[in-house]
Amino acid sequence: MASTEADVFDRLGRGLAALRVWIDDRFPMTKLIKEHATEYYASKNFNFWYGFGVIATVVLVMQLVTGIFLTMNYKPASAEAFASVEYIMRDVDWGWLIRYLHSTGASAFFIVVYLHMFRGLLYGSYKKPRELVWIIGMFIYLCLMAEAFFGYLLPWGNMSYWGAQVIVTLIGSVPFVGDGLTDWIRGDFFISDITLNRFFAFHVIAVPLLLLLLVVVHIMALHEVGSNNPDGIEIKEHKGPDGHPIDGVAFHPYHTSKDLVIVVIFLILFAAVVFFAPDMGGYFLEHANFEPANVLSTPEHIAPVWYFTPFYAILRAVPNETIGIALMGLAVLLPFFLPWLDRCRVKSIRYRSWIYKIVLMTFAITFIALGYLGLQRPTTLVARLSLLFTILYFAFFFVMPFYTRREKTKPVPTRVTP
Amino acid sequence: MAEGTGFTRRHFLTVATFFTGGAGAIATAVPFVASFKPSARAQALGAPVTVDISKLEPGALLRVEWRGRVIYVLNRTADMLASLGKDTALLRDPESEKDQQPNYAKNETRSIRPEVLVVQGVCTHFGCAPAPRFEVAPADLGPEWPGGFFCPCHGSKFDLAGRVFTGVPAPDNLVVPPHRYINDNTILIGSDTGNS
Repeated sequence: MASTEADVFDRLGRGLAALRVWIDDRFPMTKLIKEHATEYYASKNFNFWYGFGVIATVVLVMQLVTGIFLTMNYKPASAEAFASVEYIMRDVDWGWLIRYLHSTGASAFFIVVYLHMFRGLLYGSYKKPRELVWIIGMFIYLCLMAEAFFGYLLPWGNMSYWGAQVIVTLIGSVPFVGDGLTDWIRGDFFISDITLNRFFAFHVIAVPLLLLLLVVVHIMALHEVGSNNPDGIEIKEHKGPDGHPIDGVAFHPYHTSKDLVIVVIFLILFAAVVFFAPDMGGYFLEHANFEPANVLSTPEHIAPVWYFTPFYAILRAVPNETIGIALMGLAVLLPFFLPWLDRCRVKSIRYRSWIYKIVLMTFAITFIALGYLGLQRPTTLVARLSLLFTILYFAFFFVMPFYTRREKTKPVPTRVTP
Repeated sequence: MAEGTGFTRRHFLTVATFFTGGAGAIATAVPFVASFKPSARAQALGAPVTVDISKLEPGALLRVEWRGRVIYVLNRTADMLASLGKDTALLRDPESEKDQQPNYAKNETRSIRPEVLVVQGVCTHFGCAPAPRFEVAPADLGPEWPGGFFCPCHGSKFDLAGRVFTGVPAPDNLVVPPHRYINDNTILIGSDTGNS
């Protein structure tokens, strides 16, 4: 009897099922897929703010892939680095695209991560039981800053060079051990070939490994406690007869299909920048970096890339260098303590007081204003405004425990709202 | 036999193993941490440099590189030297109290020979290179400007002895590197001891 088409597919299906069983006996494949996708229930009322996590993952993968391809032509030596980047841009087939994807990806990463973090502030995603998710996320952010700092030296442009010079000088003002510490970090008495070589090692091996590990831990911690939602309520508290949260839908296929749309929208915007404005008018790629590093000539105006400038503005806001550095460090570390600084039990901004709404908006404006001021030349006006916004930045954290304790909140619904 | 401490041979072995292993881990870290220090080659390349000042005219500035830093060698004129004592109230550290120079340069001119200034052209704020602005009272720096070095990065000002003015971001005077005269016309920068 000749086998029909259906028979062929039936046999193929049985073969695949047998293969799955064979793998599952040896590795928890089906179990992992269920835990993290098909049976991971996340709230059905996610809005666009919930897309930045998946976008950040896409950008991370893109940075890893483009980064690997860049290392194939880049030379981490002071005599060759600048020329090898030019070579990638001019002579390597599609090298310009790979490099622009990587350089634009760096800025995109920070935009996406800042929005991702702001989502956490909006809906109280850092609060119990998600404190560790937030703290691990902050470590990811620190890694990202390190990754960006090390990577910025690699093109060996003049701004690369002097930017690194400024940051390393900062380290030198650590009391007592500063001078020895800077020589230890640079491996030389100035930013040299040796420094470039080791920054390359940090940028392509050490930090990315740590970053990947932290991202895995971040997602594991999130999937253990479950995702928050715009209402800031625990969907696990209302389960249906099947044992799954009534207000949740499976991550796959429901959230993944929605995320696909979000990712496509992001990629459209991203591609527009890559193709039409890869240097973003000097904000993504600074103009002074189009000439090679010159030990004897400082660029006229040194400013870090935009994603560091809020902290740079805080550093410059106070006339005393040591205090400035201490404040900058504190500004980076304070968000770690948010889960305990915020005493309000209500998570989402939807049900919090108008005071918190105003405070959070002020904080967002403060952060953007500091970022803008950090890019400007240091005039008296810039210094005064920087000081004002620095005070506002710290006030956000230090005043928080006091007013949040007795906040007048609205009643929180028990089930998510559309 | 002691009663009730609960401390057994097993506890002792656990603690001993922990500390022995920890000591081993720290000892193993030493080569890795030490490999970060400036290598023998880096130290050799950072060796002192000699500068010939026989052709350095009064009022002229010579830039030399030592350890990747610019060293300014300035042959000051009599007028320039006269400007140093004029208005010390404008300076943050007129007496060079802070340890920004070797002892032999801790004087009013911050130099071994009064006329020859040797300083690092590295701003003590963020390490930019202060530009020489020797003209007196130019339009952009105001009528009080006695001539000196002006940092283009954040506007720090230094006088002709590398002393920092008040009211600018830089905290300290410019650093005078270790140096000495091998003979009348030659300075060795980077070392102030030993025979030439």
